[in-house]
Amino acid sequence: MTFIPNILFFIVFSIGLSLFVVNIKKVISNIRLGKDIDRNDRKKERWINMTLLALGQSKMVHRPVSGILHIIVYVGFILINIELLEIIVDGLLGTHRVFAPYLGGFYNFLIGTFEILAFLVFISVIIFWMRRNIIKLKRFMNPEMKGWPKNDADFILYFEIVLMFLFLSMNATDGLLQDLNTPHYLKAGAYPISIYLQPLYDGFSQSGLIVLERTFWWLHIIGILIFANYLYYSKHLHILLAFPNTYYANLDSKGKFKNNSNVTKEVRLMMDPNIDPFASAPSESPPEKFGVSDVIDMNWVQLLNAYTCTECGRCTSECPANQTGKKLSPRKIMMDTRDRLVEVGENYRKNKQKFIPDGKELLNDYISTEELWACTSCNACVEACPIGIDPLSIIMDMRQYLVMEKSSAPGDLNNMMSNIENNGAPWPFNNQDRLLWANEDQIN
Amino acid sequence: MQIPTLASMAAEGKKPDVLFWVGCSGSFDERAKKITKAFIKILNHSAISYAVLGPEESCTGDPAKRSGNEFLFQMQAIANIEVMNAYEVTKIVTTCPHCFNTLKNEYPELGGDYQVQHHTQFLKKLLDDGKITLEGGSFKGKRITFHDPCYLGRANKVYEAPRDLIKKLDAELVEMKNCKSKGLCCGAGGAQMFKEPEKGNKDINIERTEQAIDSKPDIIATGCPFCNTMMTDGVKNKEKEDSLPVKDIAELIAEAEDL
Ligand code: SF4
Ligand code: SF4
Repeated sequence: MTFIPNILFFIVFSIGLSLFVVNIKKVISNIRLGKDIDRNDRKKERWINMTLLALGQSKMVHRPVSGILHIIVYVGFILINIELLEIIVDGLLGTHRVFAPYLGGFYNFLIGTFEILAFLVFISVIIFWMRRNIIKLKRFMNPEMKGWPKNDADFILYFEIVLMFLFLSMNATDGLLQDLNTPHYLKAGAYPISIYLQPLYDGFSQSGLIVLERTFWWLHIIGILIFANYLYYSKHLHILLAFPNTYYANLDSKGKFKNNSNVTKEVRLMMDPNIDPFASAPSESPPEKFGVSDVIDMNWVQLLNAYTCTECGRCTSECPANQTGKKLSPRKIMMDTRDRLVEVGENYRKNKQKFIPDGKELLNDYISTEELWACTSCNACVEACPIGIDPLSIIMDMRQYLVMEKSSAPGDLNNMMSNIENNGAPWPFNNQDRLLWANEDQIN
Repeated sequence: MQIPTLASMAAEGKKPDVLFWVGCSGSFDERAKKITKAFIKILNHSAISYAVLGPEESCTGDPAKRSGNEFLFQMQAIANIEVMNAYEVTKIVTTCPHCFNTLKNEYPELGGDYQVQHHTQFLKKLLDDGKITLEGGSFKGKRITFHDPCYLGRANKVYEAPRDLIKKLDAELVEMKNCKSKGLCCGAGGAQMFKEPEKGNKDINIERTEQAIDSKPDIIATGCPFCNTMMTDGVKNKEKEDSLPVKDIAELIAEAEDL
């Protein structure tokens, strides 16, 4: 009889955990759809990058208000989850506050700290909500933030408010039960915050309080399990993926765009005077597709980037094109990539790891050429991203597809390129005239 | 005047210390040619052993690559590399951050490994080595703001060399709202220089010029021929061309030195 709660807990917890594992596996297999890129070099720098950006949140504080609030929520989240460990052990063994006897005074210190953090998280989350819903900061109001992304952002905040309330209420009722010397409720913990919630509950009888305490305890852990499974559908996935994403981020100069080595082979063949240009090229494999028109053309780091994006809009708010009213928004590039990746991933799973064309592509069906051609390649978005995402690399790869596979650049750019081809300069000047300036006046 | 080319020097069996990569803008654009000439004056004045490629230089391929034409970019790059490697070039200085970035970052993988400097880095070194001396003179006390070129700043993290030079002019360096790693693009990068902007509610160079004007400068300094064009157009649009000159750092130094 008395084992029923333990068994129930075991079942609930196992279901929550397995669903979570299934979701994470989906994320990983979708990311694996991407092409290879070597990001296993320079391990030390990568660890440092991850420690600074993800663990240390060093770029978050470039915007001090949201940065500091975010750190509170982040630290709160991590530390309060230590408590989760005890909850799980208690749930499985049917104990109550199992660590208390071992930790003694330190246990009280821990619980007290968690309560204060929970309170700070509560306040921060309310400020976050106000920034989105009352102050309506500009970067949360762009067109791509309508519908699900807006709701998602609010849901996360509601979730956290509810979880913090449940955590504190659980402690409040526990504290009352301890004061009543209830059996099984050993005297442990310090309740600097939840003590102020006790008046809400102190009219209840001892048995009523036990029901309340158990309800809060159960709702809290079930809430956490639901939240963990919600991540898959949410930008909140960044709490996990920010770590690998910063680890695998580009470490080279931002101005160095990647070299397409397939092209190099062709160019070298063309320029080699010893090769007969009319001899038919050896055609062992189908010609490589240049650039990106859909998510499967991307490398896996670009796909990881898409899943990691927090939709914070720091990139878009620094983008010169977006600031001057162009359609381009680097955040939208990342959101579109993720949406399309989820769709393509489902397609693979439904069709036994094969992709059945669905008449759609990332290009045009999600990202328009107007957006792509508005980019100045200024790297402001890359610099702004607190977790090392590179929207620019996707934009450039898609341009490469447009020009090399579709020959569809804006007319002016075609002129510029044919000038380079014909006279070695983007303007129609004769290359022989490169030194004319030397004969023009005033150099002494 | 006679500008030494690698070809003419090689004919005499000589090799310069450094190749001055002039770039397409610096060779052909009316405004940018003035920057080229100013830099040449400084090179001559400090008795630097340099040469240019002249007709043997060709576009680095930067605008082609940023437009997505990897093929054309690599054709340009490999041809340029063959020329430079034949002359055994080891050091390059250029007045264009786009050339600078491409030569420095994108040529090595294609077989072109050189020490590449932007002219502000090069000038800073001349100054540190005492090859040029700057005594503010005409710029003393002037408010000068520096517009960071994206391909010099964010792309390659060169923020201080141009600023150090401005300070050496005894001028007052004033920063715009967005500067250094947060500098706002002038609107020309990524081959935008060669096309009409997409539909929007403002041109990027106007936005940037407004930021510059907000810092109440006497002079807007740049380190890129494209930024120079964009900012000059912006200043004209604000009808301030008579009171607010846009000048390259090389021009400021040549003027201060009275070259
Ligand atoms: S690189 Fe392109 S997308 Fe990114 S901020 Fe600059 S213009 Fe915007
Ligand atoms: S790419 Fe980075 S900066 Fe942009 S919205 Fe996503 S997380 Fe924020």
